[in-house]
Amino acid sequence: MISIYIEISKYLIIIIMALYTFCNFRYFSAAGIDAKEEYCIIQRRTVYLLQLVSYSVIFLNTGDLRVAVFFLAQAAFVFIWLKLCALIYRNISKLLLNNICVLLSLGLIMLTRLDLGEAMRQFVIICVSAGLTLCIPAIIDRVWGIMSWSYIYIGVGLILLVSVLLTGSVTYGAKMELTVAGISFQPSEFVKLSFVFFAASMLGHSVEFKNIVLTSAIAALHVIILIACRDLGTALIFFMAYVAILYIATGKKIYVVLGGLMFSGAAVAAYTIFSHVRSRVEAWLDPWSDISNKGYQIAHSLFAIGTGGFLGMGLMQGMPEKIPIVEKDFIFSALSEEMGAAVALCVILICLGCFLQMMTIAAYMDMSFYKLVAVGLGFEYIVQVFLTIGGVIKFIPSTGVTLPFMSYGGSSILSSFILFMTVEGLYIIKKNEDEEFGEEPSDEDI
Amino acid sequence: MRIFKSKTRESESGSRNPGNRSNRSILHISYAVTGLFAAMIVYFLYFVFVGSQNVIGSTYNPRTDSFAERIVRGPIMSSDGYVLSETVRDENGNESRVYPQGELFCHLTGYTSRGKTGMESFGNFYLLSSHINLIEQLENDLRGEKSPGDSIYLTASYELQKVASEALGDRRGAVIAMEPATGRILCMVSKPGFDPNTIAEDWEEINSSGKDEGRLLNRALQGAYPPGSTFKIFTALEYIKEHPEDYEDFRFVCTGEYRDSEGNTISCYGGEAHGEQGLYEAFANSCNGAFAEIGGELDPESMTGLLEKLLFNSKLPIDMPYTQSRYALSSSDTEFLKALTAIGQGNTLVSPGHMLLVTSAIANDGVLMRPEFIQRVESAGGETVKTFREKEYGRLLKGEDAERLGEMMRLVVTEGTGSAFRDAPYEAYVKTGSAEYENGEKTHAWCLSFVKPDSESGSSGIAVAVTVEDGVSGGRTAAPVARAVTDAWYQSAKN
Repeated sequence: MISIYIEISKYLIIIIMALYTFCNFRYFSAAGIDAKEEYCIIQRRTVYLLQLVSYSVIFLNTGDLRVAVFFLAQAAFVFIWLKLCALIYRNISKLLLNNICVLLSLGLIMLTRLDLGEAMRQFVIICVSAGLTLCIPAIIDRVWGIMSWSYIYIGVGLILLVSVLLTGSVTYGAKMELTVAGISFQPSEFVKLSFVFFAASMLGHSVEFKNIVLTSAIAALHVIILIACRDLGTALIFFMAYVAILYIATGKKIYVVLGGLMFSGAAVAAYTIFSHVRSRVEAWLDPWSDISNKGYQIAHSLFAIGTGGFLGMGLMQGMPEKIPIVEKDFIFSALSEEMGAAVALCVILICLGCFLQMMTIAAYMDMSFYKLVAVGLGFEYIVQVFLTIGGVIKFIPSTGVTLPFMSYGGSSILSSFILFMTVEGLYIIKKNEDEEFGEEPSDEDI
Repeated sequence: MRIFKSKTRESESGSRNPGNRSNRSILHISYAVTGLFAAMIVYFLYFVFVGSQNVIGSTYNPRTDSFAERIVRGPIMSSDGYVLSETVRDENGNESRVYPQGELFCHLTGYTSRGKTGMESFGNFYLLSSHINLIEQLENDLRGEKSPGDSIYLTASYELQKVASEALGDRRGAVIAMEPATGRILCMVSKPGFDPNTIAEDWEEINSSGKDEGRLLNRALQGAYPPGSTFKIFTALEYIKEHPEDYEDFRFVCTGEYRDSEGNTISCYGGEAHGEQGLYEAFANSCNGAFAEIGGELDPESMTGLLEKLLFNSKLPIDMPYTQSRYALSSSDTEFLKALTAIGQGNTLVSPGHMLLVTSAIANDGVLMRPEFIQRVESAGGETVKTFREKEYGRLLKGEDAERLGEMMRLVVTEGTGSAFRDAPYEAYVKTGSAEYENGEKTHAWCLSFVKPDSESGSSGIAVAVTVEDGVSGGRTAAPVARAVTDAWYQSAKN
């Protein structure tokens, strides 16, 4: 009986995720607030269902009672957090919140399956981060000063980055971590946010050529320090986000062209200078010829995805633990192996959906600063998703960045929460304004 | 979607509202990102449905072995329906892998008990996948029974393999044959072999027996032999390339012994004096003197370029372990080494499999088809799960070059060293070789041959490469083996 249930659950999870993703895109074309609300409710239910089905399978396989307790705790978290958000912020975007919940759930399910202890630690970090970031929309909404604190953003960002460069510890060939009072964290995850705020406040204030040059120089400084730390994936995320902000602020395509040229030049330079860039490009071009060394990670990632196929092996039926650092950079491969490429595809679409909603919000913001913040954060998010997923499926060379909300790691979780809650703040500003000015929100709702 | 419809309202804040223009920019970058993701999704799905098939069978993939807990390893079959390898279970449910043909297919099927080799390794994923219908599978799951794995049908036939093996006899060497138009490997024999049924018990003995024995070595693909006169194919090709207008005017008077400017000598096989020779005659008679002379004047860099295009010093499109062929000669090398290299006696080493690919390309107007070992995968219920379609690897030779080499190889049969094929009922194209080793005391016998497709008899064409270690000469030792295989192929096509 158990084996049948496990087999059936595989299809159930795919159906659940397909339904969720469907609602995600139907939401945009739904007419009226009620219809949109309907889709959000369905989504919320599918999240609970996803957790129930997944953890019952893990429980049946391991017989570990803690899994059952863990499931209840997670369901309770989703329930309480969503309720709290809705209570505090009447106009919050439920769609984005749901997306956070479903991505968190998928990540936690895979982590539980890999290592229950790590999953529990992750869950604690999630609860703390969710709690801490509850106040962010209010800050965005009420504190007008955030528009003009550009020197604070620059100062904080550069100090953090420089201290990583000088005292940071090296992991996987890159300097990324800083340890303060026994807690180690990745400052670049947070500088990501201050960076966007700095660029948005400078360029939101003025797009005179002099100001553009100054802003670009400071932005370049961020990127150069990151390159010096050999954290090239993050450097690329910063760079892309800046080009996007600059393009939106000025509307001039020439900056995109210039950015493209600079990127090409930097890519060639990085390839010539850094040996680890070379070995990653080689592993990307042909992982099979050096499978036991350079190509090891990517080959095992492809084994996992390929063997899992479209429908997946079923939870607990694969061997995701054979992939190195599976709980961080390669969580997508583990997911694809066991839940199938079908669910992995849903994840890609959900992430893309998040980005498109952020762009929608950007389009609706009246003030330049808010617009640029939304664009910058949206870009950072989607570039990171692209680098991670593209890297593990061998679409592009791997860059060693994590998948927001799904990969294991405290800094990544907290900064993703801050990023999304900031966007929520922008959304709330806009909705509140709409209400104030008495516009009919239903038809042009975002 | 109405999502980007922009609303312009007079901005009430101090900042300027970039308005419509910037919203158009936002739309543009959204399109760009969506396009990029669409490309990534297409790539992802292509990998999952198509690309992964060539990946997951790797022996490095630890997942395949866990399948054995749920699935009884499927059988390997010959193209003519003989069981080459199957898993049998005794009444206690203990499984063992049995090879009914004993040594005959040992290198091709490989074995499973000391690591996996051959098709047991390459086809591992298919053998451990089950495509019986879902209800049956569910039933087996319920009863806790294993499901039967899929069967692999090889491109090699039992009949041809047997002929090749018998023709080679107890001599050391290799026979490998392929259908040039499709790339299907029709037989692959390497001797001495081993019995895959008892490989685990014989392991110590096989590995401790004399070094040159190499029973586990698949000589057809992993053997590295001096090419001897078969290398004249390449020398002739390069000569034609460097003398496109007047290669037919080449003349050399053979006295049976060639002497270079430093007094080193190279003699023709058996010291025979061939008299005045053009390029074609010299090729047919395998005149060492003529080719040594040519070798001295060829451009080494250009020659290296030609050979690398013909898969020397490079990977071969073969899905089994093989040895790369090696060639090295530069302008600074001695005249004598250049001459020796031109007749296949320098530092060059080739595998029979590589020479088969070159021969097949000549037979197929210069185009090489990717060698295929598996024809199709069938479920235990007899339904075809996957068919391996022929794939073009690429053009190795210009059509006109392939034609010229064909003419030369035809001449080998009608007038030269390929006399073993002279009375064949089909038109054969041959190049023999006698490669000396151990300071010329011993000879490896080579024969490369092909027959073109013939619509009249229904024969689809075959290329054969034979190497016999320690033989008399290519023409006398290896050519009869190639002839026997080609005859059997021709016969079976006629019937």
